[in-house]
Amino acid sequence: VSGISYVVIGAIFALGLVVAGMTNPAHIVGFLDFSGDFDPTLLLVMVGAVLVHGVSYRVVMRRSSPLWATKFSLPAMAAVDGRLVVGSALFGVGWGLGGYCPGPALVSLPTLDIETLTFVGAMLLAMMVFALFPPDRFLGSRR
Amino acid sequence: VVRLILPLLGGALIGISATLLLLLHGRVAGISGIVGAALTPDTFPSERRWRFQFLVGLIGAGALLSFAMPASFASSPGTSLLRVGVAGLLVGYGTRLGSGCTSGHGVCGMSRLSTRSIVATGTFIVSGAVTVFLMKQLGGYS
Repeated sequence: VSGISYVVIGAIFALGLVVAGMTNPAHIVGFLDFSGDFDPTLLLVMVGAVLVHGVSYRVVMRRSSPLWATKFSLPAMAAVDGRLVVGSALFGVGWGLGGYCPGPALVSLPTLDIETLTFVGAMLLAMMVFALFPPDRFLGSRR
Repeated sequence: VVRLILPLLGGALIGISATLLLLLHGRVAGISGIVGAALTPDTFPSERRWRFQFLVGLIGAGALLSFAMPASFASSPGTSLLRVGVAGLLVGYGTRLGSGCTSGHGVCGMSRLSTRSIVATGTFIVSGAVTVFLMKQLGGYS
């Protein structure tokens, strides 16, 4: 049941992205286009998601543990550092260039569109490079 | 009105998915973290398994939905494969270096009012907007 729950949770996430219009990169570029016809779609998606999860997070975290796990696994880091800002800035450039963030790109993968395949292939390659060659040696170890 | 309601409804579904992952398993629904850690060699097998299960649901639903709602899927506005390739590299490396993307920072982190996530979200929206502005100046999307 636990394994199936992850599949269902992933499927709900995908349904949300598709219903929201996030699998159409034009909405992303339109949202980021402050000098042209601003497209509020992405803003509304984030508002809808944060309204729901902002409330539910507080309700869930009153519990001492999750239902099916012994503890909550939440990000522990609190400090804003160079990695966070530089990484997010690089992500933003790619997001503006391609109109995809990781979720919608993966959900669109089964369309087998050549541009989507290229984007996802490059994204996975870069993630593997990050995993195999951790940037600690030139950025300093985390913490 | 539909153009306003569907994004809110879709966002709410994303929020529900993130809530279930937190309530049942105590985990954060950050797509770049889920994929990135699934690809990391030293991730424990038990830590890898749930990530692949989540991705099976995510991509499997994508396959069903691309048949059920084909009009909702469009290809990237960048016409050149070189550009989408560069975009993918930047998104892949940037989200791992920055510990998150639109879902992890933009939805889950903002919901927790995490300072890191608020800074990250502001940063990628600004750098994305600057990129789109420059691309437009260069005639990049025509």
